[in-house]
Amino acid sequence: MAQFVKKDDDRDEDEYSPFHGIEKGAVLQEARVFNDPQLDSRRCSQVITKLLYLLNQGETFTKVEATEVFFSVTKLFQSKDIGLRRMVYLIIKELSPSSDEVIIVTSSLMKDMNSKTDVYRANAIRVLCRITDGTLLTQIERYLKQAIVDKNPVVASAALVSGIHLLQTNPEIVKRWSNEVQEAMQSRAALVQFHALALLHQIRQNDRLAVSKLVTSLTRNSVRSPLAQCLLIRYTSQVIRESSANNQSGERPFYDFLEGCLRHKAEMVIFEAARAITELNGVTSRELTPAITVLQLFLSSSKPVLRFAAVRTLNKVAMTHPMAVTNCNIDMESLISDQNRSIATLAITTLLKTGNESGVDRLMKQITNFMSDIADEFKIVVVDAIRSLCLKFPLKYRTLMNFLSTILREEGGFEYKKSIVDSIVILIRDIPDAKESGLLHLCEFIEDCEFTYLSTQILHFLGVEGPKTSDPSKYIRYIYNRVILENATVRASAVSTLAKFGAMVDSLKPRIFVLLRRCLYDNDDEVRDRATLYLNTLGGDGSVVETNKDVKDFLFGSLDIPLVNLETSLKNYEPTDEPFDISSVSREVKSQPLAEKKTAGKKSTTLGAPPAGPTSTVDTYEKLLSSIPEFSTFGQLFKSSAPVELTEAETEYAVNVVKHIFDKHVVFQYNCTNTIPEQLLENVVVVVDASEAEEFAEVATKPLKALPYDTPAQTFVAFEKPEGVPAVGRFSNVLKFLVKEVDPSTGEAEEDGVEDEYQLEDLEIVAADYMLKVGVSNFRNAWESLGPDFERVDEYGLGPRESLSEAVNAVINLLGMQPCEGTEVVAANARSHSCLLSGVYMGNVKVLVRMSFGVDSSKEVAMKLAVRSEDESVSDAIHEVVAN
Amino acid sequence: MATSARRDACPAIKNLLLLDSEGRRVAVKYYTDEWPTNAAKLAFERSIFAKTLKTNARTEAEIVMFENNVVLYKFIQDLHLFVTGGDNENELALASVLQGFSEAVTLLLRGNVDQREALENLDMMFLCLDEIVDAGMILETDGSLIAGKVATHSIDDGAPLSEQYLVRPL
Repeated sequence: MAQFVKKDDDRDEDEYSPFHGIEKGAVLQEARVFNDPQLDSRRCSQVITKLLYLLNQGETFTKVEATEVFFSVTKLFQSKDIGLRRMVYLIIKELSPSSDEVIIVTSSLMKDMNSKTDVYRANAIRVLCRITDGTLLTQIERYLKQAIVDKNPVVASAALVSGIHLLQTNPEIVKRWSNEVQEAMQSRAALVQFHALALLHQIRQNDRLAVSKLVTSLTRNSVRSPLAQCLLIRYTSQVIRESSANNQSGERPFYDFLEGCLRHKAEMVIFEAARAITELNGVTSRELTPAITVLQLFLSSSKPVLRFAAVRTLNKVAMTHPMAVTNCNIDMESLISDQNRSIATLAITTLLKTGNESGVDRLMKQITNFMSDIADEFKIVVVDAIRSLCLKFPLKYRTLMNFLSTILREEGGFEYKKSIVDSIVILIRDIPDAKESGLLHLCEFIEDCEFTYLSTQILHFLGVEGPKTSDPSKYIRYIYNRVILENATVRASAVSTLAKFGAMVDSLKPRIFVLLRRCLYDNDDEVRDRATLYLNTLGGDGSVVETNKDVKDFLFGSLDIPLVNLETSLKNYEPTDEPFDISSVSREVKSQPLAEKKTAGKKSTTLGAPPAGPTSTVDTYEKLLSSIPEFSTFGQLFKSSAPVELTEAETEYAVNVVKHIFDKHVVFQYNCTNTIPEQLLENVVVVVDASEAEEFAEVATKPLKALPYDTPAQTFVAFEKPEGVPAVGRFSNVLKFLVKEVDPSTGEAEEDGVEDEYQLEDLEIVAADYMLKVGVSNFRNAWESLGPDFERVDEYGLGPRESLSEAVNAVINLLGMQPCEGTEVVAANARSHSCLLSGVYMGNVKVLVRMSFGVDSSKEVAMKLAVRSEDESVSDAIHEVVAN
Repeated sequence: MATSARRDACPAIKNLLLLDSEGRRVAVKYYTDEWPTNAAKLAFERSIFAKTLKTNARTEAEIVMFENNVVLYKFIQDLHLFVTGGDNENELALASVLQGFSEAVTLLLRGNVDQREALENLDMMFLCLDEIVDAGMILETDGSLIAGKVATHSIDDGAPLSEQYLVRPL
């Protein structure tokens, strides 16, 4: 125990502790006094205190030790000394005896539960309820119900709180106590009322009507206890939330009650009500005002806790209603110098959210002084807030960029530095004017940067952005310095960056080659290899040649294949004479968690597709299909859909279908499962009626020979369709097969079978089937690089919709494209939304879509759709999909 | 709506800590599994102690966000008192718990609030923690009521005189 060792060290300091040099073994010996026939209460209390001290310091007792202590402690119930009894209760709770041990003390505790002494009753209830299991509970239920309405508040609270805990394990018993609990609600003791309300609500929490009734009746009578009033406010907001879904127009129910609580005499209640109001769904500024006013008063309180609570709540409000908080700006500004740095940081970030453009300079001055004396974790919060501010007021980039570069040069840990670098990178990307100064700040930073990761990230970024600036040559010195001064990882990264400058800027080429040639003598393999590769591919023989596009693509093109897919393909590749073909790797991005997408969109600026989630099943499909001779001539598989269920769950035969799209063909893969143990199916085929799919013609079927019980297998049907045409249609399916009875005991099938068929649900080929979900990490760059040549813009009315979010998702699903940068998420209550999509259309045509949605009061949704692609006809095709 | 779903529940206390001026435990009580081992608990105590050490929490209770928890604290002489709640908790409700905690400790130690006195009366400190919070649920927030419940060191009616000893006056 570190604690004990430390105590010994401190001996010289003449420090006094009654527990100095205490040892578990000795205390356990001492515990034998519990067995003395003549009990010394005082001594026993002291020994229990020592045992508790040991446990509290983190000492553990073995099972045997604990049992021994427990048994001797039970003897102490003989004593009538209240102080000792209290300690006995405590140690029993700490020892948490097993159920067979509990029996020993049950009768003693039950006796105490009925004692005349209030302290015994209250504590015995708490102990017994803590250590008991359900069986005992029925025996003591009667006493507990009595205790709930006990006139002594301590006893009543003990019973109610125990009820709250027991509700988790034995809800059916506790629910029977409703009447008593309701009676306890009338208690004059504040805390009893609080405990009773908490228990009553928990008993009824799954019954919305009952909770609503409870709230209605209590909001009329005044509740005395501040804590109980806080609970009531929480329950009221819950009722408001649940009722607002049904009740759109008119007054918000219970708002008057919440507003009334703002005038309560307890600060706790005022604050709870103010916070509840700020968190109402779709709160209006009229509703907000009174809450903001009381919070503003709290801001100048002498109590740090009040200031903290208020500024934290206002900070949250500022995210959604910045205008409502601007009234507090003066009070906020004075909090920047608050002793409590948490309060100061919250105040700053609130100001950054609510501030207007003209105040930025003054605010930044104040923050500069402030930054030097807060911890990194607060600084990161401030940096994030400054980044959002800069994106909001791009004209102020100079001030903000200078601020970021100043703090970048100061002391700080990795996470802090990383957040600054990320912010600068984002500003460079989004604010063109900030590019040159931002890049120079980054260059200066890597001159003296201790973090390899950040250096390589910045070098990579320089390689992408630097060559596009007006004077690329000024960055070369900084980059080459890295080759001389840094570790191997950074050197290798710097070599790649140099090569990028060489490839992109022809005038610099000869000089770059000189530098690269020097790198050929580096003592690290990777650095030498990179230099050699670049010199050879870029034509480093001294002649100034135009680097051709293929080479550039090969060296610096973004890898638009998900790495996971590439990895699986490489693993599947068997060494033969045929080289590995990277174009055969699927580009399908599996849907991935939102968080991951967001970070990918923010952090990496050139990496093609964000890293994909689960391993692609496309490779397995591809292998499967190419192994079937009938389909091997169809060429490259473009896309495989997710399985579509064609049967209801839990039917005799479960069938789903995967749609494989080829350039000139479509293959349906029916995955069938036989769920009847007494049957064997043979010659299974799906008969497809394509009368509602005119452009498709059936070319091949591959029946399934046998389908035994619970062994999934596949049958295929292939259709031909016009090349490159996104034909759509509806197909109806019937499963046909030969049924043979199987003897379950032997597993053998009978000789003869019966022909049978089974109707499946219809299946559709839709436009989305011709679209691959392929993400881009930087939509803006991708959009600009596609250019406006084949841009098509049009507006559509989508009619009345359930919600904006529903409309957005409907269009995304219709197009089957990958949402970018998290734009598929629509903020609650938003009146308008923009969404970015990207994908690859049949024929490997890259498509990007920008959609702006708006919704009016009658829920009519209008959409503006802008499409850019590499092919005019594809842009038109996307519009046709939406128009239909 | 995950946050508001949690908000519907009662205010919950995650731990109560009574540390000395070097961050060592006098008496502590944890009510959640958030710190499953003694090592995790010690680490939490060490870091919250170091984080708050330089602040002045003597006249008014102070507050800090720490590892997604709200921690309220107050120093009395060489004792450091902490109350931890979830980051969505009503700060003022937590403050009332800390207020009760510090008042009760002051009353129980009869004004001599220091580490030595607290250790001498450690039994009362344990009982005090026990009377403030029961398994995370706030039991009582009034300092004098808490102290009153702890200090009922009398003998129950039927006890023989020989077992009685002098009751410490409050």
